[in-house]
Amino acid sequence: MKKQDFFRGMAHGIPIGLGYLSVSFGFGIMAVKAGLSVLESTLISLTNLTSAGQAAGVDVIASGGTLLEMALVQLTINIRYSLMGLSLSQKLDKSFTFGHRLAASYGITDEIFGVCAAQPEPIRPFYMYGMILTAAVGWVAGTFLGAFAGQLLPPSVSAALGIVLYGMFLAIIVPPAKKQKSVLCVVLAAALLSTVCKYLIPGISGGFAVILCAVSASALGALLFPREEAET
Amino acid sequence: MTAIYILVMAFVTYLIRAIPFGCFQKKITSRFLRNFLYYIPYAVLSAMTIPAIFYSTGSVITAAAGTLAALILSFLELPLIAVALAASLAAFVTGFFL
Repeated sequence: MKKQDFFRGMAHGIPIGLGYLSVSFGFGIMAVKAGLSVLESTLISLTNLTSAGQAAGVDVIASGGTLLEMALVQLTINIRYSLMGLSLSQKLDKSFTFGHRLAASYGITDEIFGVCAAQPEPIRPFYMYGMILTAAVGWVAGTFLGAFAGQLLPPSVSAALGIVLYGMFLAIIVPPAKKQKSVLCVVLAAALLSTVCKYLIPGISGGFAVILCAVSASALGALLFPREEAET
Repeated sequence: MTAIYILVMAFVTYLIRAIPFGCFQKKITSRFLRNFLYYIPYAVLSAMTIPAIFYSTGSVITAAAGTLAALILSFLELPLIAVALAASLAAFVTGFFL
């Protein structure tokens, strides 16, 4: 049963792992460009398993931000995982004990959450472990390759790969913004605020700018566009 | 020093995931808070992307081409990975014309 669950999870994780492999390649290049070593870049991916938080974290490291800033940046950017965890905790199998929950917490990402949430039956621990393994292998291997081979690539290629993560971010925000005017307004407000921060408040660090913009834009959205049933 | 940064990153990120998934069972009832949390991911990604995306390739022109490609393909709702790679390809190809 456990073995079967594990392999099924691994199979369901293959598209996630392949997607992560190419995106984290871009992260690896980005991290090395920001001055991190190959080992440090790979270690970040292994311990964090998240795209936006890692990209912002590298910015904080590169700009010599404080540890408090690092913690707040991670909290703001990754707070969505709390919601996903909350949502997923409602559809766990009985065999998902406290220990299993603590272990599987490591692997709550947008994509793993998405696939698990779409399963018709309750989630069992080894199913999730299998999926996390495939996804994490792709994420860590891609980072290592990007950080390591990124330096060997022609500059024109590695420069063009710098946009990969941002392209993925756009792919996440554009479809809901197209369908919901409220999301569109929040997204535009955040982009506008972030642009203002960048050009008019030159002293502000990137991490705090993101927190400030995201919190203001989301609060604005929550005030102006309260949704009836706000789900994750 | 970088190791301490990574430790803080990993620790905070893990707790964010583990506390609600492991311990919290109740539902958040505040409507404002639920709405606020719903918008947060989109606002974060938007603020991180704009204007940083225009500086991601070392040339504002190739980056703008990549951004345009990403906007069009994501508007058509192509998979994340397709949008991400197309942005990169557009930036790469534009680089030849500069």
